[in-house]
Amino acid sequence: MVNPMMVLDKVELRRGGRVIVGPISLGLRDAGVTMAMGPNGAGKTTLLRALHGLERVSSGQIRWAESAEALRARQAFVFQTPILMRRSVLDSIAYPLRLKGVSRGEARERAAACAETVGLRVRLKKDASTLSGGEKQKMALARALITEPALLFLDEPSANLDGRSTREIEEILTHIRAGGTRIVMSTHDIGQARRLADEVVFLHDGRLVEQASSAAFFDAPQSNQAYAYLQGDIVI
Amino acid sequence: MTFKTLLAAALSAVFAVAAQAQDMKMSVTTSFANSGLADVLLPEIKKDTGINVQLLIVGTGQALKLGAQGDVDAVLVHAKAAELAWLAEGNGTHRREIMYNDFIFVGPSDDPAGVAKADRATDALSAIAEAKAPFVSRGDNSGTHKMELRLWDAAGIAPQGDWYRAVGQGMGAALNTASGMNAYLMSDRASWLKFANKGDLKLVYEGDPILFNQYAYMPVNPTKHPHAKNDLANTLEAWLVSDRAKELIDGYTLNGEKLFTFNATVD
Amino acid sequence: MNDILQGLARAAKLVVTLNADLVEITLLSLQVSLGAAVIGSAIGLPLGAWLAINRFPARRMVIALLNALMGLPPVVVGLFVYVLFSRSGPLGVLGLLFTPTAMVIAQVIIITPIIASVAHQAIRELWADYHDLLISLETTHSQRIATLLWDGRRALMTASLAGFGRGIGEVGAIMIVGGNIDHATRVLTTAIALETGKGEFDMALALGFVLIGLAIAVNLTLHMLSRTERGSRW
Ligand SMILES: Nc1ncnc2c1ncn2[C@@H]1O[C@H](COP(=O)(O)OP(=O)(O)O)[C@@H](O)[C@H]1O
Ligand SMILES: [Mg+2]
Repeated sequence: MVNPMMVLDKVELRRGGRVIVGPISLGLRDAGVTMAMGPNGAGKTTLLRALHGLERVSSGQIRWAESAEALRARQAFVFQTPILMRRSVLDSIAYPLRLKGVSRGEARERAAACAETVGLRVRLKKDASTLSGGEKQKMALARALITEPALLFLDEPSANLDGRSTREIEEILTHIRAGGTRIVMSTHDIGQARRLADEVVFLHDGRLVEQASSAAFFDAPQSNQAYAYLQGDIVI
Repeated sequence: MTFKTLLAAALSAVFAVAAQAQDMKMSVTTSFANSGLADVLLPEIKKDTGINVQLLIVGTGQALKLGAQGDVDAVLVHAKAAELAWLAEGNGTHRREIMYNDFIFVGPSDDPAGVAKADRATDALSAIAEAKAPFVSRGDNSGTHKMELRLWDAAGIAPQGDWYRAVGQGMGAALNTASGMNAYLMSDRASWLKFANKGDLKLVYEGDPILFNQYAYMPVNPTKHPHAKNDLANTLEAWLVSDRAKELIDGYTLNGEKLFTFNATVD
Repeated sequence: MNDILQGLARAAKLVVTLNADLVEITLLSLQVSLGAAVIGSAIGLPLGAWLAINRFPARRMVIALLNALMGLPPVVVGLFVYVLFSRSGPLGVLGLLFTPTAMVIAQVIIITPIIASVAHQAIRELWADYHDLLISLETTHSQRIATLLWDGRRALMTASLAGFGRGIGEVGAIMIVGGNIDHATRVLTTAIALETGKGEFDMALALGFVLIGLAIAVNLTLHMLSRTERGSRW
């Protein structure tokens, strides 16, 4: 049974006197994988951040469903550019647990296990800053997963990854989705969207152009922009 | 861990400053401290009375101010008018003359103003003013400075002009300035004898009784400042006027020269 | 030139023979300025961090005030502390004037703005890096400050050392509130002032060299300690 998670009502974000996203009205359900798609600058990152509560909404409203309180309380966000802490890889992943009062020893133990799950196979005592681009992304994913969030946002999580790492991450996402974790993510990888999405939110120029189930979207996109985007054309 | 250890060490170091029982504080003038007499007297005082006298070496004005505020237990200065005014304000119990030393004039070794030939101190100053020879003044309202101003007054001269340089600092700084400019200046004998940066300067005039410099000891008034250690101050006074003090003060020499003359009257 | 060479030679001799007076005033210098640096850091580092992560109306004012306080002449601070702790002043009953404690207090006032200001700069950069993550993780205010202070500890050590450096070389304030009392409140800088006044330039220079050596030694020691503590680059 699928219930509503949140509703956006004419949400608009303006920065520096310019509308960068909106007005957008849409509803999101409390299960599955929602994929934000669209060309660069379409507003995917801004939308995800607004949903997570990181961006101030200029007008309109974001309303959470009462039944989605559990999701609202346990969110995590994987940023497009991984945020590096000036700590070891292990302590970076353990950090959210330390905030929750978990002892250093236990937090490190669980962090090591979590690094293993995301396929981060490096010396965990080394500095986070010495990781490669892809390793940084896995480290950030591990840091997001360690608190076992009910709602996980990922902003282009495999942008810097090679094919094998991308596959590993997709497997993890498929796995946690099966475990009941709600996922809201963005990607510019059409193949990834096909493999993971239950629902697609297609943005263009800050506006919602199309919201459809994955099957419907990839079969027969309703808008010219989405059609052209899937064809690999440059969307103007 | 290392951070914590360090912090603990630093903190304990700061607060481990223990107070000692028989300490008393006395403000004295720079010229007295510079004479080196204190280095001779203080250990003897400690041996004879058990009092550890802590000296605050400052200008006369500040020395009296410290006493007036109750920040020291006694003062030892040499500026009679200021001392009497200080007593009149109720800052001290009484004034006890202990000893005197003298002031001298120093100047360039070729003595361009011919100060050495003067009969009296006032003539020496007149010669300097007439020649417009560079003269460095303390200019800091210290006892030495006040003495210098009294002498100019007695000579009937209001010193001003390029040649008259008031440095507004202590004896050491004034001596350093005079040495650098090769100028005349008035100094207490002790500061001059101890001064190591003489350059081309030499002693050019001495001996006029008007240049004698009386030191007086004054305990801080315990009625005004109840915490002041008046009993220690009185013990110290009794020692300062004793035969033992007389022997040490009269016997003290610097570079073979006697500096101080004991003249306390014993009741 | 000759003075400098003589000063160096005399400094070497004093150090090699572990001259008792030198050891005493050097230890007191360390005690006072390290103590002030520790207390100044305990106040200044969190204050700098707090200023970096908070937006409030008077923030610019507070930062401007900090920068102004940084330029405060130590003599003025010394006078202020003197008036406060004089027997005739509001805190006179404590009897702290002319004690090392009063010297520590004066130096804390002098160096805290410096420590806070340098810390503010460093933490502001770190906060820009960490902002989204710490907001996303719903950190509390004190968790943010603790995280930024811990992860910025290398830069913050520089802030503390800047404070220490200013303290150990400071003479105006401690001369007034300490009184330069032999065997009680005499430190390297006040001893240097004293020797200069006596025209004993080579002795003054010798003490100056000891002061420089001491500052370098403290810096190196702290850097070495913090390096061995954790084999990391941060
Ligand atoms: N803080 C901001 N101020 C001004 N413009 C912004 C700001 N953040 C994003 N933008 C602009 O908003 C648009 C959408 O950006 P973004 O959400 O990052 O797009 P996407 O993630 O889809 O590539 C872009 O044109 C971007 O330049
Ligand atoms: Mg983006």
